[in-house]
Amino acid sequence: MPPSLDTRTQHLLRELMPQVLGAVIRRFRDFAASEDAVQEALIAAATQWPHDGLPENPRAWLIHIASRRIADHVRAETARRHREAIVVSLVPPEDQIALAADEATPERDDALDLLFMCCHPVLSPTSAIALTLRAVGGLTTFEIAKAFLVPEATMAQRISRAKQSIKESGVPFQIPTAEERAARLGSVMHVLYLIFNEGYTATSGPELQRSDLSGEAIRLTRMLHRLVPDDTEVAGLLALMLLTDARRAARTGPSGELIPLDQQDRALWDRSAIAEGVALLTATLPRGAVGPYQVQAAIAAVHDEAASTEETDWPQILGLYGLLQRMSDNPMVTLNHAIAVAMVHGPAAGLERLDALAKDPRLKGHHRLDAVRAHLLERAGDHEGAIEHYRRAAESTTSVSERNYLLTHAARLSETRK
Amino acid sequence: MKYMLMMNTPGNGPYQIANWPQQDIKAHIAFMIGFAKKLGASGELVAAEGLSGPDQAKRVRAGKDGKPITDGVFPESKEFLAGYWIIDVESPERAYEIAAQASAAPGPGGAPLNMPIEVRQVMSGPPPDML
Repeated sequence: MPPSLDTRTQHLLRELMPQVLGAVIRRFRDFAASEDAVQEALIAAATQWPHDGLPENPRAWLIHIASRRIADHVRAETARRHREAIVVSLVPPEDQIALAADEATPERDDALDLLFMCCHPVLSPTSAIALTLRAVGGLTTFEIAKAFLVPEATMAQRISRAKQSIKESGVPFQIPTAEERAARLGSVMHVLYLIFNEGYTATSGPELQRSDLSGEAIRLTRMLHRLVPDDTEVAGLLALMLLTDARRAARTGPSGELIPLDQQDRALWDRSAIAEGVALLTATLPRGAVGPYQVQAAIAAVHDEAASTEETDWPQILGLYGLLQRMSDNPMVTLNHAIAVAMVHGPAAGLERLDALAKDPRLKGHHRLDAVRAHLLERAGDHEGAIEHYRRAAESTTSVSERNYLLTHAARLSETRK
Repeated sequence: MKYMLMMNTPGNGPYQIANWPQQDIKAHIAFMIGFAKKLGASGELVAAEGLSGPDQAKRVRAGKDGKPITDGVFPESKEFLAGYWIIDVESPERAYEIAAQASAAPGPGGAPLNMPIEVRQVMSGPPPDML
């Protein structure tokens, strides 16, 4: 058997991949060709490095090989077409190789530009997610397709259309200006957050969690945090993911059923992830602008640090949701605020808030409103009302595990009634 | 979000299409092939199948011994599932748009059938902020 790469080198290759791809795209301005060339460079590394050892500068080595592959393709293509000028915007291949060899630009810009490109607002969220996982995360199309429960051909098509949209929009040529940067960073964070949630909740399919996607989101957010260490919201997003993911093992029962926060076995929570998230948040909060990701992380931290629901610092959570409400006009935040009100001031006060919230057209017929009402009615001792709203919520949710959870609650209350 | 689009046809006897002129059958089939190709190219198609006709369908129940008891055709059905698509789209509106395209598949004389397409959301995982 030929020698293969050790785990550390494989890890290194994954870390280098977005930097190398970003650098190659910046020069050649062709997403698809650059991606193919980087794949070939990675294969070359996997076959050569075990024999020759790690090159002195692995990143420059990969950029050099990838650039040469593109140059070779261009040369072959040019010959085939009898030396017609094929791509006007291409810098001559020889220059590309020369540029690549003494690669001197700071590596951070390349990976960050690649993220900006993959999460560009011209792309739909699903396209941006797929492209980010493919181009930045280095996942195979098969792996991404499996995670989203669609056929590989469907995902391949989605990714290639995303690349096409990028090409047509001219995105690769535009590095965001200082003013655009904050907004573009916001798009990147949103896409990473969606990937995390996709893994944490599995918006499609019967499986409650696909932790590989959450893990990938955390890895990419760590990378982003290294690239922009001064951005407090990126730090907040990473803390939020760590503090949420920490509860993963406690979140589902043996047959995959959903276990809500107040019934989770807190001994199963990942203490080291909680410690890391809390430390990150503690270091970040005093540093300046506090945004929604930091506030959500702070809420997660309060939950994670409590020994039980009863011992949770609900007044602090109430204050944090109040803060979050002032930052964004989101009815889901208001709904969670109502829950916190109920925990601090009693279920009647929470139900009052729900009555006001029911008038919001964005929540009309939303199962979460019924589910929360059912919880609060149960706590207030109105079991008949709770049963009705548990069932109503179960009818309107599109989540299998949540439906099962709500129906079980309604059934439990019906039985105690008899 | 994933949706299942179900194409229903009248349930008595074999598919109506069997009695169409050859040219119309060909146009209908070409439309269906092109439709699936278009959905595949847009990265939205998860699965699509056509089902054999009502005259070949069986209804199966387990008997007391667990062995299958089969009924033949069921003339009482007014509507019968002829085929389905599962699509993965960005919004319910997009699902309805695709369903409307399927509904307008050409029928006899090339006129749009405007047949009813049942649109059902495929159940999924829970929302992120579930208590």
